[in-house]
Amino acid sequence: MSTPLLEIDNLKVDFELPTGTVSAVKGVSFHIDQGETVALVGESGSGKSVTSTALMRLLPEMAKISGAIRLDGEDLTQVSASRMRRLRGNEFSMIFQEPMTSLNPLHRIGRQIAEVLHRHRGVSGSQARTRVLELLDQVGIPEPERRISSYPHELSGGQRQRVMIAMALACEPRLLIADEPTTALDVTVQAQILDLLRNLQKRYGMAILFITHDLSLVRRFAERVCVMRYGELVESGETAKVFNDPQHDYTRMLLDAEPRGSKAAVAEDAPVLLSGQDVRVRFTTKKRLFGKSDYFEAVRGIDLTVRRGQTVGIVGESGSGKSTLGRALLRLLKSQGQLRFEDTDITDFDKSRMRPLRSRMQVVFQDPFGSLSPRLTVGEIISEGLKVHFPELDRREREARVIESLEEVALDPAMRKRYPHEFSGGQRQRIAIARALVLKPDFLLLDEPTSALDRSVQMTVIELLRHLQQKYNLTYVFISHDLAVVRALSDTVLVMKEGQVVEQGSAESIFRAPQEAYTKALLKAAFLDTAA
Amino acid sequence: MLSYIAKRLAMAIPTLLIVITASFFLMRVAPGGPFDGERQLPPEIEANLMAAYHLDEPLPMQYLRYMGNLVQGDFGPSFKYKDFSVTDLIAQGFPVSLELGGLAIVLALLLGIPMGVMAALRRNSTVDYLLMGTALGGIAVPNFVIAPLMALFFGVILGWLPVGGWNGGALPNLVLPVVALAIQQIAYIARMMRASMIEVLGSHFIRTARAKGLNERQVIWRHALRPAMLPVLSYLGPAIAGIITGSVVIEQIFGLPGIGRYFVQGALNRDYTLVMGTVVFYGILIVLMNLIVDLLYSLFDPQIRYDD
Repeated sequence: MSTPLLEIDNLKVDFELPTGTVSAVKGVSFHIDQGETVALVGESGSGKSVTSTALMRLLPEMAKISGAIRLDGEDLTQVSASRMRRLRGNEFSMIFQEPMTSLNPLHRIGRQIAEVLHRHRGVSGSQARTRVLELLDQVGIPEPERRISSYPHELSGGQRQRVMIAMALACEPRLLIADEPTTALDVTVQAQILDLLRNLQKRYGMAILFITHDLSLVRRFAERVCVMRYGELVESGETAKVFNDPQHDYTRMLLDAEPRGSKAAVAEDAPVLLSGQDVRVRFTTKKRLFGKSDYFEAVRGIDLTVRRGQTVGIVGESGSGKSTLGRALLRLLKSQGQLRFEDTDITDFDKSRMRPLRSRMQVVFQDPFGSLSPRLTVGEIISEGLKVHFPELDRREREARVIESLEEVALDPAMRKRYPHEFSGGQRQRIAIARALVLKPDFLLLDEPTSALDRSVQMTVIELLRHLQQKYNLTYVFISHDLAVVRALSDTVLVMKEGQVVEQGSAESIFRAPQEAYTKALLKAAFLDTAA
Repeated sequence: MLSYIAKRLAMAIPTLLIVITASFFLMRVAPGGPFDGERQLPPEIEANLMAAYHLDEPLPMQYLRYMGNLVQGDFGPSFKYKDFSVTDLIAQGFPVSLELGGLAIVLALLLGIPMGVMAALRRNSTVDYLLMGTALGGIAVPNFVIAPLMALFFGVILGWLPVGGWNGGALPNLVLPVVALAIQQIAYIARMMRASMIEVLGSHFIRTARAKGLNERQVIWRHALRPAMLPVLSYLGPAIAGIITGSVVIEQIFGLPGIGRYFVQGALNRDYTLVMGTVVFYGILIVLMNLIVDLLYSLFDPQIRYDD
């Protein structure tokens, strides 16, 4: 057996913080052969990104690295800083999770790519330009001649990630480290980027270290997989083997965490709780003093009926208008068209007339970090709505309701005295749900409630939502770009694109037999087309 | 771009109107008048003077008359400097104030930016603490304290520099006022530059630059400096306003013949038209400088475009 391209031997990374030492990576060993793709899988806090950043030696100074990282036998932990700079971007390079912010906003993309060529190959001027154009073409940027002088903000997220890839590949590295390269992108774009990486891998014969939390990508993309948890490597081996016969409990749990099952159907004649007819939402893009203002129609005439006890899933990619529609349904945004809640026409309800209804229609947002006030205790956050809607309750009664709702979402009621920052993402999302539940609503708008969470945590939140729905006969509108989750939760599904409904029907029919090309593409990109 | 400029200028009109109106009436509320001197004027002469300058008319009438003249570009005569119109005085004083303020801004940028960058690069080191401590001192001590102290130390005790006077703008006469005027701005800019440099150095595109294999010098000069300077650039508008108010004090302390001194003298003498003239002039200047800074911003940051 020849020596591997990259060999990581008992790598340890400790962060020396004022409060003490935190071990992020605790003795990890694996290798990557020439031209091979190895996936490093784990949830947040597993140490996978720290491992990859340690390979590049781009960790902050407080990080202490021990063990060996050998590239072609040369130990990267021992080489000088200047030698390391010659290797970076040349022998091995890296693309990152954040395509939107990883490019310098003040430099044209051509210059940013050419910079690598100049640094490592000494190439500049027209020679560099030729190569940059070639690279832009290879990564699938249309009209390279024009795009070479674009600034990053003129490109979409997917295009920016393509530029990052072009930059990483400029010097034909032998190893590409891809740290969650598609996580921030829409599913269809995700699929394109992965295809691109695979093609370029063949062309350049490079190895890829693919870091991800998404197991469905690993199955398609990697030959071998290493599973990390709490800084340790719990399992590694050939992808097919690990997937078919996982040895470690954690791997099994991760594989199980793919949401399964479907929702029990609701009687077809169940009363209609919420309905919208020809709902439209406009945003003014330019105000004029005189004459008509310019506007952008984010939601373009949508009809929808939500029956009591149902879950209506709304899926679509970013910019499809799904969140806007959700907010319009709750009248958190102004909209045109008719809206009814039970027997009441709420189309023209203003804030004060909506207020009595608010306790019955609640919302849980995507961002578990931003949507809870950092200055209030969990108890205060949850009881705030009670003060508004049930002023007759005294302090003791409110407290009892808060405790009850925390128990409902499986959190220790003693935690009500703490502040949001002391909780994990999953716990915060439970707090957000408790905050909504305490008002005993009939209707919950769930706007990507699980998107910011790890798969295994997602699972538990989904189970909780299911359980609560059954117990209280709750009605959900569930907005998500995550098709697997929508499938597991919904009765009916709306597929949205550019503010319109592309396709709608029962969850069963949409996922089993999609009719529209766009729906098919979405399912294919999410690898759900064959899983059924 | 042009329509944006036009819009901004149009938006400045109400601002200026409020400034002018407020100063007009505030000035009149202050006790005393332009012809109250040590020597009491005979009542007939004072009445004649008041009539000549229309000061005997009701206040609203005077206001309308003043505004009417202003719209035609006429700031009126100075009450105290009898042979000069306010326009003459501003035209005389402005070159001095401009030179003083311009040099102070340049000095503030030349010192403040490198100080901030150095502190950011050696974060939490002795250099950082020293620089930022000094800057904090510069912000805390007002210029009317620093200026006389500097005059005392460098002018009187050491005798290196003149304690005051313009002397046709000779360099030794410029040093103390310019430094005194710039100190606060140097301090602000240094602190701002440090904060924004630290933020930029932690950003993703700097990580990308390092991942390309660039050395620290290239990372800082090519990738970090320009984005880090953007907040400083947008601070220039308020900085210019600060320099202008500062120069009112500094010109008085060093006895320089700039607009600031006319403003103070005018206020003390109840020279209504002179005070009003300088206020309007300063108002227009600040509005214009803010506009220029915003336009400059779009040159530095391609993400900002004023085409509509």
